[in-house]
Parts: sequence; structure tokens; C-alpha cells
Amino acid sequence: MSLLEIRDLKVHFPIKKGILLERTVGHVRAVDGVDLSVEKGRTLGVVGESGCGKSTLGRAVLQLEPITEGSVVFDGTDLSTLGARDLRAMRERMQMVFQDPLASLDPRQSVASVLAEPLRTHGHKGDHGKRVRELLDLVGLPSTAANRYPHEFSGGQRQRVGIARAIALSPELIIADEPVSALDVSIQAQVVNLLEELQERLGLTYVVIAHDLAVVRHISDDIAVMYLGAVVEVAPSDGLYDDPLHPYTRSLLSAIPIPDPEVEDSRERILLRGDIPSAAAPPPGCRFHTRCPWRQPTRCHDEVPLLREPEGVVGHTVACHWAEQVRSGELQPITSEVSLMVDAAPSGVSATAAD
Amino acid sequence: MTRVQEQVDAIPGRGQGAAPLLEVRDLRVTFKSRGRRPVKAVDGVSLDVAPGATVGIVGESGSGKSVTSLAALGLLGKRGVEISGSVKFDGDDLLNMPEDELRAVRGKEIAMVFQDPMSSLNPVLTIGRQITEILERHRGLKGQDARDQAAELLLSVGIGDAVRRLKSFPHQLSGGMRQRVMIAMALACQPRLLIADEPTTALDVTISAQILELLRSLVVDSQTALVLITHDLGVVAGLCDQVHVMYSGRIVESAPRRALFANPQHPYTTGLLASVPRLDQPRGVPLLPIPGSPSDTLPWVDGCAFAPRCTRRVPESVGCPPALLPLEGSEPSHLVRCVNPVPEDHT
Amino acid sequence: MSLSQGVEAVESADSSAAGPPEEAAGGLWRDAFRRLRHNPTAILGAALVTIFVLVAIFAPLLAPYDPKVADLSQIRPGDFPGPSREHLLGLDSQGRDELSRIIYGARYSLLIGVVSLAVGATLGVILGLIAGAFGGWVDSLVMRLVDIMLSIPGLLLAIGIAALLGRSLKSVMIAIAVVNVPVFARLLRGSMLAQRRSDYALAARSLGVTRSRIVLQHVFPNSLGPVIVQATLALATAIIDAAGLAFLGLGSPDPSIPEWGRMLAETNSLLATEPLLALWPGLAIVLSVLGFYLLGEALREALDPKLRR
Repeated sequence: MSLLEIRDLKVHFPIKKGILLERTVGHVRAVDGVDLSVEKGRTLGVVGESGCGKSTLGRAVLQLEPITEGSVVFDGTDLSTLGARDLRAMRERMQMVFQDPLASLDPRQSVASVLAEPLRTHGHKGDHGKRVRELLDLVGLPSTAANRYPHEFSGGQRQRVGIARAIALSPELIIADEPVSALDVSIQAQVVNLLEELQERLGLTYVVIAHDLAVVRHISDDIAVMYLGAVVEVAPSDGLYDDPLHPYTRSLLSAIPIPDPEVEDSRERILLRGDIPSAAAPPPGCRFHTRCPWRQPTRCHDEVPLLREPEGVVGHTVACHWAEQVRSGELQPITSEVSLMVDAAPSGVSATAAD
Repeated sequence: MTRVQEQVDAIPGRGQGAAPLLEVRDLRVTFKSRGRRPVKAVDGVSLDVAPGATVGIVGESGSGKSVTSLAALGLLGKRGVEISGSVKFDGDDLLNMPEDELRAVRGKEIAMVFQDPMSSLNPVLTIGRQITEILERHRGLKGQDARDQAAELLLSVGIGDAVRRLKSFPHQLSGGMRQRVMIAMALACQPRLLIADEPTTALDVTISAQILELLRSLVVDSQTALVLITHDLGVVAGLCDQVHVMYSGRIVESAPRRALFANPQHPYTTGLLASVPRLDQPRGVPLLPIPGSPSDTLPWVDGCAFAPRCTRRVPESVGCPPALLPLEGSEPSHLVRCVNPVPEDHT
Repeated sequence: MSLSQGVEAVESADSSAAGPPEEAAGGLWRDAFRRLRHNPTAILGAALVTIFVLVAIFAPLLAPYDPKVADLSQIRPGDFPGPSREHLLGLDSQGRDELSRIIYGARYSLLIGVVSLAVGATLGVILGLIAGAFGGWVDSLVMRLVDIMLSIPGLLLAIGIAALLGRSLKSVMIAIAVVNVPVFARLLRGSMLAQRRSDYALAARSLGVTRSRIVLQHVFPNSLGPVIVQATLALATAIIDAAGLAFLGLGSPDPSIPEWGRMLAETNSLLATEPLLALWPGLAIVLSVLGFYLLGEALREALDPKLRR
């Protein structure tokens, strides 16, 4: 059974106008109908560009954002049915690691106090000092770190403190939102390795949210690719790179630079047109059709594609009407000089102008 | 105790015959602020940029990669900054140039593109006004001529519907679009050198690919020299002829890009390459992080700044700073600053 | 009060620095005070403030004469004895020792400043805390109230209140306190809103920490930095306001009370002949205000997160 199941999850933020009398003039559909599940002990990677809703998804799973529709089922319990007290108790079992390690630590708290807070909150008895030293040891910090304050550490060390806090209550699920993107390149690998090591030792289940597909692929068993609030492809990590099915995944993969001139010079790049449309007015039909090099007349615009396993593929789902044809090469991307051009229309209304 | 005389560095990027467009010699930048120890942000950087060359400077935060370019162009201000060494552009000394002459060189001969286009654009002026202003000041174009030229520039950086876009304000554009505008403004005077400081770091992957492609097609094809400053080895791999890797204020390795990636010699370079996951490698390859953090450095006068984090550290790493020189038997253009470089067969 | 805290913090920072020699371990405040010690502006401000505080405390020991006893025998209209060996700053129009009056004046000025500010800031912080903690309609209600108070110019409001309550030191204090309430309420509420949106508040929520604990243990203490800076700066303003109210005749009705503003007002008609008598209280006001102002500015700089490593 899945440890975490996300069913048709929607998080819409109202756009408000007016000073005295606020009224809602629209909604930002940050997360707009996401279905995902994670097995115990595995890692699900969620990738996408800024504004695709991946961070909101992570927070909504932990009930830190108001859910508009749908449900999050954790170990058989629908979290939205829990009262405040039960939800707080449930938080012991699911924790979060944040992007900016400095911002996510109270500057006035010493490390010992940061790490003891979850224990105090959940009424753990016993020697908190001992547990703090244990946690520091687990994340590779010296026990002298306990008496120091966040601003005295380097970025990598701070993220270790953040991770130590997340595992303090021995949770089962950890949601890591861009855990390494704020760190220097030479430090990122340390934190990635630490996360992997902890997973092995503590049997953790991860949801790793990041924009860096290379990092996500390294750490994840399965990857979900998000675009404008929706999941467009879910696949095992290797399958996603070896056999990307969605046009967006293909262009995303081709856009990531690889530190090898031989590869770079021979690669074929799929450059996307224009910018990501606004989540307040997502394009009709397939959300990606305004930028898709493979788009076909009418159907991409008229019909919302559902996540499905295309013919001849197992354990790999994609939301594209033409996945088979794109995969077989029957359909070719529109490559022209135009691909360098930004859409003529301003972003936001590009949905209509792109046709 | 007698100190071993420091060997003289070779000059990274020195071309064969042709006079360099930009010539930096022993540039040092020290930040001094009240109540703190002075920080040597740049600690002896020399490099040549040949006309039309594409040069990458790679380093992490604190490596001095950005400060090098800012100091070279006199953009650091005077307060609390100490700059020594020399920076020559086409034979003219930029460090001792009067401010008004320097301003004329910047913008006309040398242009810059920064990481955050929003903070480099004036929020209360339209894009068109900002571009035509440059054209008026540096190229003497007026009125409709300037506007036509501005529209043409926007088209060249891939912004369609240019005439209407000229009337937009910066906040009405997306991040990628703003960076295109910055590039258009940088290219407005057909400069001979473009310095791009992390031009794609703030952008999404697919947008970043568009901007890099734009730099490739516009700058490289027009024979403008490009200095690309980045933390991402992947970005330089596809774009730059010569790559300089910086650590703690000095260049530690410099090589043509193919040589650098095929045969990295400095432990820091190999460390960087081994610590980032690569999409084209099988997934099981473990990451080999560089231990410690960029703040664990040694002052260069005491030896190799990377020594405290280096897995190939030998007793000679400490005591005398290594010089930047070609290894025996390797290309003269492949320089490394290390007493115990990584052997060729090492992967 | 902020001064004694400072001394304490500096001392404890010193003791903890005994371990690693260069990097003294310490929290945010210790770090700020360490930086203050290296700032000449802060030292100058703190020195001025300390001098005035000491003068106020030890006024009876320092003052050579009783500030309220007039010696009319020494003065004739139009001919004041200037500074002399007996009276270092001379005598005022009533024949009282000017130096003793300036020294005792420090008591009244600081007392008015500190008390009125303590009352005003406390009320403001409570209002701001309520608005910032509850949000929603409570926040809207409190903030509209604050807006209304802020829309009336501060000194005008103080004059109105002082006039309404009658002439006394107490009414001056109440007036200045009332003026400060909305300033602090708004400041704290804004600061709390920003802190509530921070990642560490979200992290605390994800740990299951209750809302009231998050507000009281994380958000509120982290929002106090700007409030303390503002308190120091507002002390300077309070001294000026008190002097201003006294100058306008809204201070204590007792003419013998040596209050700097009143002393300045009394020299009004003598300005042409005896400019020195206006200079002394004026200088006292300027220097004390400058002290608090410099200290406040230095504190702001020391607490600025952007300047922190």
C-alpha cells in the first residue's frame, strides 16, 4: 500500500482586489488536479520550472496550504478529515526540509533549541540533550554545534541542521523542497549524499521537489514532471531520461547543460517558444500546447489530455494526446528559426495568440 | 626559515600573436570594512581575452569571479575597496582612466549583462526609452532613426512585435524577456567585449537554454568577445573556447574547454565535476562531494587555498603557493596551479 | 534600560568568546552588540546617553545650588550677572543658578521621555501584538484605529491632549505616550506580518507547534528588533516634544520646576540681551537628543540582517 496518496489535489489561491471591500477577481490555479502516490521507503521526485506549483504541492501535502479540492491520504488516513489536534499529532510522522536553510531557522534559537523544539512540542520524555547529540551525529555535525546559532554556520551546515530537525521525531515521510538549490555546487553533493544515507539508515520515504532534473534523477526512484499546476508525466527515473514521452519533458531534458563539450556539441536542442503562461489563466486543452513544438491543430487546444500509459509502455504515464506518434517519430517537432523568438503576445494571454 | 621563491604564473588565455583585447595583470581586490578583517576577494588574477574569443570564468560564491569583472570595469566604487594590478582594454589602462572616459568605454566598447535584469533596468522608463538613450549617447542616432534601430535590436534578440514592446515597462515583461532586453541593450553599440555575469542563473531551465542559444548565435557569430561568468560547468561546456576555473580569488586551472573537460588537472576542477550528477551518466554513479565548505580556505600566501579541502593534499601544498603553469607534456594553453595535479587517466 | 541590557550582553559575549578566540559564539543580540562596540557612532551615542543618565541620577550631588531657590538680590532688570566663579553658567531671570537648573532639568526631561515612551510603547506593542497575532477583522479594526490616530499630526495631538487634561507633568507624559501608541502598534504589526510569512514560522507549523506558541516564541521576539530601534529614536523625539510642550506653556504649572523646554521659554524675552541663557537649555536638549539618536541609528545598523554575515 502506498504511504502517501494524492488524489485529484487542487490548490487555488484567490486573487483579491480592493482595499476596504475585498472581492475575489480570479484564482491562481497553483495546483490543479494532481494524482500521485509514493510507496514506503521510496523517493518520488517532483520537477518543474518556477510557477509550476511543485512547492505548493509539497506544502499542501503537509496541510500547510489550504486545499481547495481533492485529498491527501497518508498511511490510510485522509488528512483533511483530521481535526487540529489529530493533525498536529500526525505531523510527527511527516516532516519538511526547506530550500533556504537560513530563513527556515529562527535566528534567535541555538541549534540545541531548534532540535529540541519538535521533541518538546510532541511531549517526548527523556534526555533531550542526548537526542540532540545523536541527531547532530546523524547529520555529520560535531556536538559542539549544539550551542551555536544559525548565522554562525556555512550554508551546507545550516541545511544539515534543517535536516536534523526534520528527522528529530523519526518521521516516515520527508518532503524536501529544493533541498540543495541554495547551496554552492561543491556542497550540494554532500547534502544529496546525506539525504540518501539517512533514507537507508532510517527507512525514510521522500518527496524531493526541485527544478534541477539531474539532481532529482540522481536521488529519486520515480519522477513526476509538473507544468502549470498539473503533472504531465510520471516515470521511473531511468525511464524518464531514456524514453521521455511528453514534449515538455523532452525539451526540459534537452535544455539542461551537461558538463561535457563532446556531448554539448552533438546534442540536439529542443528550444521552446516563449514563456510559461500565467497560472491564473492557463491555456485551454493541453496546458503546454502554446509552447509545444509537436502541437497539432484543434485537439491539443480543445481537449485536456489525461495521464495514461501509452501503447507499448509499462509503468510510465504521460498526459499527451500524441505520445505514441511523438515517441515513434511519426510526428516531428516544428524546428525553425522561429523557435528563438519569444511569443509576440504578452504572457498571460498567449493562450489565444499562439494559434 | 627561507621561503621558496614563488614562481611566476603563466598568463591564461594568452593568444598566439594577436594582441589581446582585454589584458588583466595581477589584479587584486581587497574589501576593507570597519571592525572586520580585510577580505581578499581577488588575489592576483591575470588573464588575456583575445578579440572575438569566448571565455568562461567558473567558480562558486566567494571565488572572486564576479568581483574580477566589476573591478576591471571600475564598477566597485571607491569606499572600502583597494584595487591593484593593471587592466588594459585595447592597450588603454582602465584602472587609471578618468571616470568620464571609462564611462564612454563601458557601454560602447564593453557591455555587461547581469544576473538580475530587473535591477539593471530602470523601472520608470520604457524599454524603448532605455535603448534609444544608449543609441543617442553612443551612436548619435536621433528620433525615428533611434526608434527604428531599437526595434531592430529587439527583433534580433527574438522579441517579436518589437514596435509595441518598446512601449513596455520592465515590470510588464517576464524574466526571460527582460534578459533579452538586457542583451539587446548590451549589443546596441556593437561592443567588442560582452561580459555576462551569471546571465541565466535567475531563469528557468527552458528559458535559460533560450538565452544561451541567443548568446551563442548573436555574440559568438558577430565576433564579439564574450566573458561568461558562471558557477555552472555545464553552461561553459557548450559555449566557451577557453575556461578559467577560479577558487578563493585566483585562477586554479585554465584550459581550452575540450582539454579541461577531457583531462581536468586541478583537484578542485575534478572535484566539481565529480560532485554534480550528470543526466547522461547511469543513475547509480555515486556523487563524490568536495569535503568542507568554500569558507575553509588557506590564504594564498601560505600555500594552496584549496589544500584544507583537497583529497590530493601533500606536504608541499602548504608553505609556498603553487604557480599557474602548464604541466610537462601537456598543451601550453592548459595551465594548472597545483603541486600534485590529477593524472590524466584519473576519472 | 536598553543600556543595561547592552552591558550585560557585551559581558556575556566576552565570556563565551573565551573558547574560540576569533569567532565569539552568540545569539543575534550578542552579535549586534559586538558590532556596536566597534562602531564609533554607537560609542559616542552611548557616552552622551550615559552622561545624561548619570547627571540625572546624581543631580543632588552634582548641582552646586538648589535649583528652585531664587536669589533676586543678585539681579537687576536688564543686567544679569553672567558666568562667574560662583555661578559657572550664570543666573537666570529669577536669580537661580543656571547650572543647577540644567542638571536637575536632566531628571525631568529623561523622566518624561522614559515614562511616556515606556507607557506609549507598551500599549502600542500590545495593540500591535493583538493585530499581528489574530489577523483578520481584529487586525483590520486595530489598524483602522491606528490609521486615524496617525492621521493627526503628533505634536498637534499632544498639544490637544495636554490642553484637555490641564497643565501638569502627567498630562505631558500622557500626551506623548498617546502619540507613540499608533507608531509602535503599526511597526510591530508590520514586522510580525513579515516574520509570520517566514520559512521558520512555516517550519514550526510543520513541526506541529501551536499557533499561539509560534506567535509568542518565534514571531514576536523576532519582530522586536525594529521596535527597540524605534524606542531609542522615539526617546529623542519625546525629549523634544516634552520641551516643545513646556515651551508652549503646557508643562507643569509650577514655575520653579527646572524643565529645559520651560527654561528655554523663559529666556524668550531676554534673547537679545542674554543669549547665553537660551544657549544652555538648548544645548542640553540637542546633546541628549543627539545621544539617543546616534545610539538608535547605530542599533538599527547593527541589527540589519543585510549587514550580517
